[in-house]
Formats: sequence, C-alpha cells, structure tokens
Amino acid sequence: MWFFTSPEIAFGEDALSYLEQLQGQRAFIVTDPTLDQLGFTEKVAQHLRSAGMEVAAFPEVEPEPSLQTVRRGVERMKELEPDWIVGLGGGSAMDAAKAMWALYERPDLEPEEISPLFPLGLHKVKMVAIPTTAGTGSEVTWMVVLTDTEARRKIGLGNRELTPTVAIVDPEMSRRLPSRITADTGMDVLTHAIEGYTANFHSDFTDPLCLQAAEMVFTYLPRAVTKGEEDMEAREKMANAATIAGLGFGNSYVALAHALGHSFGSYFKVPHGRAVALFLPYTIEFTANGEAGRYQELVRRLGLGEAGSRKEAARLLAQRIWELAEKVGQPTTIAALGIAQEEFEKALDVLCEHAETDNAILAAPRLPSREEMEKLFRYAYEGKLVDF
Amino acid sequence: MGILFPSQEWAEAMKEQINSSDAYRNAAKNWEGDFYFVVEGTNPPDIIYMDLWHGECREAAYTNDPNFKNPEFKISASYDKWKKVLTGQLDPIQGLMTRQLKLDGNLIKIMKNVKAAQELVRCATQVDTEFRE
Repeated sequence: MWFFTSPEIAFGEDALSYLEQLQGQRAFIVTDPTLDQLGFTEKVAQHLRSAGMEVAAFPEVEPEPSLQTVRRGVERMKELEPDWIVGLGGGSAMDAAKAMWALYERPDLEPEEISPLFPLGLHKVKMVAIPTTAGTGSEVTWMVVLTDTEARRKIGLGNRELTPTVAIVDPEMSRRLPSRITADTGMDVLTHAIEGYTANFHSDFTDPLCLQAAEMVFTYLPRAVTKGEEDMEAREKMANAATIAGLGFGNSYVALAHALGHSFGSYFKVPHGRAVALFLPYTIEFTANGEAGRYQELVRRLGLGEAGSRKEAARLLAQRIWELAEKVGQPTTIAALGIAQEEFEKALDVLCEHAETDNAILAAPRLPSREEMEKLFRYAYEGKLVDF
Repeated sequence: MGILFPSQEWAEAMKEQINSSDAYRNAAKNWEGDFYFVVEGTNPPDIIYMDLWHGECREAAYTNDPNFKNPEFKISASYDKWKKVLTGQLDPIQGLMTRQLKLDGNLIKIMKNVKAAQELVRCATQVDTEFRE
C-alpha cells in the first residue's frame, strides 16, 4: 500500500484570479519581506478581498525559515483566527505556512513531532500555496523543511494532512525572477525529478510525472535563464515543471543528493537548489556503482542516449546534468563556490553527520557508510568522477 | 528447515546475525535503544524483544508477557505484515508511514538512524525463517 496526494491545482495565465472563488471569512498570508515590498502580498490580498475575506499578512519569512519565525507566525494567526492560510513565495514561505498551519491547530505539538506516522487531525484551516519561483514544488507536497539556525542544519518534517488544499501556479508570479534564482530553482526541479524517479518509494503514479518534469527542465531551463520574461513560454513551462516534479517526488520521496545538499547548503548558506543539484551527479554515480538506481531506464525514457549498463547510464546522466549546469551557469564542484579547502575539511565531520541523519535518505536506493559519505563530499569538492 | 518466527530460537538467531554483521555494527554504532516487535492477532501477543546498543545486540528474547521489559520502542503489526518485512517485500519505513506498522516511541530518533534500521532489516532477512501457514 502507498498513497498519492495532490491539491487541487489552478494553473496557467490568470490562475491567480482563482482566489476569488474561494469560500471563507479570513485569510492569513505568509510571505517574505522582498515579495511584500514588490507588491505581491497586496496583489494576492486584493483577490482574497474580492472573495469577501478579511486579510492579514505575515511578511516576515526569511530564507531557510527558523522555528522561531514559525512560532511568531502562529501567534499572529491566533489574532486573526483564519480559515485560510496562504503560503506565498518560494519553498521557505510555503513551508513556513505549512508549519504554522500545523502548530496553529495543534499547539500541543513540538514542531519535531510533525511526522507522517501519526494523524494530526487538522480541520479548521485550509491552505492555498502560490509559488513565485519555479523550483520547490512545495505547493503540492506535504513536506516541510525548516532550519535549526543554532545547529546550522535543516529539519525535515511533514504529514500528508499538510498537503495544501489548493495550489495556484500562475506563470506571472515568476515573470521577473532573476536569472540566478531561475537557474538555482530550475536545477532543484531537475533534482526532484531524477531523485523522485529513482527513489525507493517510486510508483506507477509518480514515474510519468518525474519523467515529464525532467524532460521539461532539459528543454526549457536554458531559455528561462537566458531570456527571462522575454520568453514567457519557457517561464510557464518551468512553473509547470516545478509543480509536476513536486507531485512526483512528493509522492515518491527524494534521496541522497538532497541529504548532502541539505547538510552542505545549511552549513555554508548555499541556496537549496544550487546545493542539491551540485551533488546530484555524484550521488547518481555512487548509487549506480552499488548496483542500485533505475538509471538505464531513466536515460532511455528521457532519450538522453544509449547506455549498455547501469553504470554507463549513470555516467551519461551525470554528464548531461553537468552540461545543463554549465549552460545555466551553475557550479559543478564545491571548490567552484569559493569555499576554501581548509574551511571545507574543518566542516566535514558535521556535514557527514547531518547528511547521515537527514530524512531525505529514507528512500535512497543506496546509502553510504561514513567513510563513503566523506569521500562523496571530497569528490564533489574536487569534481572527481565517483569510482566507489 | 528454517527457524519458526516468532520463537526464542528465532530471536537468538537474529541476535547472532546482528552481532556478526559489520555493516550493522558500523551503521548503528551510535544507537542506544531497545525494542518490542509485537505480532498482533493473538491474546496475549507474540513479542520479540531486542536490546540494541552501539552496533551490538545485547539481549534478544521471545515472550508473551507484555510486561517482560519496558522498552523504549514498540513496533506492532499483524503477522502478515511482519512476514512481508522479513522477506523484504515491505520497506519498514514505508510500512510505518502508511501505518501498516505502528510505532510507539520517539520517531525522530529512528528517522535519524535510517541506515541502522535498513541494516537491521537486512540481518532479519538473512535469518533462515519459517513462517506459520
């Protein structure tokens, strides 16, 4: 037995206006200060007011939101007593909104207790997720990633009840996304698609979604990065790809690239998409070297080329990912991020410890020992082909 | 002829399997915690008790007495579900997430030791097990 969960999804041009069809009394918008200053909060609030709702906003979500931010948001929610919570932004805002939703309805819980194993019994609030980047997929998943700022590590939480009720995927929301962020988040989509396809929890329901999303990234990401708002077709395709990949990996899980990326990204403050995508080719090769991972099938179905073995397929896939990364100006090694080797070596123990205990490894087809984990990080530092 | 699950012989064979596994020893070197693996469906239920400590199994036993120990974790499931876990047909984490296996204990601690959990299951699948009809 397994599940497939999905919100209702409004997508395409003018999808944002679907907000006016929502039924409710009070809406609480969770977003970040930049989007608020750019007028996104007000734009969303206008639609909600047209639906007859009273609106309040919490525009205080920082990149990699902390538990403290979530708790502050919950206090503000209590003042409004909303029946809708609106996560507006990238993964940070949407994940913070999900955590606030859970803790607002279940104040008896510690955030760490938001797990998929026990019912939360949420019933008071519904959630709308509106992505403004094309990457995280959080608008359609039940997962929540927060950051323990003191320990410099990510905390993965989640429960199927935290799947947003409605996701609104409007390409207009990412029209002016800077090219750097387009590249970071777009590579995140590719990582979701590939890890979602090869994760242990994959299924007939998730495979086509992951394939479709991966294909769209290879086709449209370079255009979205180089042409930006001049190519709204590429923008729309990337927005859709992010959500499609979210439906895929959200129901099949991710794997080792996310575990290493979470650990590394939160320690060295590297954006999520850039971090996970950097590790993706290395973890693909590592997985295939252990005779695990469906890479031959993946490469064939994506039409990336012929491969006579799993290892050849993994090498080919890694190569294609590096080519795409170069096209969109993404680093392919840790050294290319400008992190000094001494600083990296000093952090290595902590990086391994956090990666080993990151719950992204739950469905990884091959798990490394501590020694192999260290080697993976070191190979990614130098850009060496993984031979173990 | 395999060893009947659950039984005292099976618990001892599992202990031996764990203690001869380098992979488990490495993966669970920081693990401290004991378990009841409860087979639901009979009254009183069949229970396998295991005390796992820094990559080693210190004690393993079969019991019908729910008060035999007071373990940190209890994982309960029907006989059929345990059979699927022990034959590698059901990923225990997936089993927990779909509530086919029920956990009583600190989930976070288990989630942070996935590699150890996987190696533990691998040890279990290597015990030559005979199942009830």
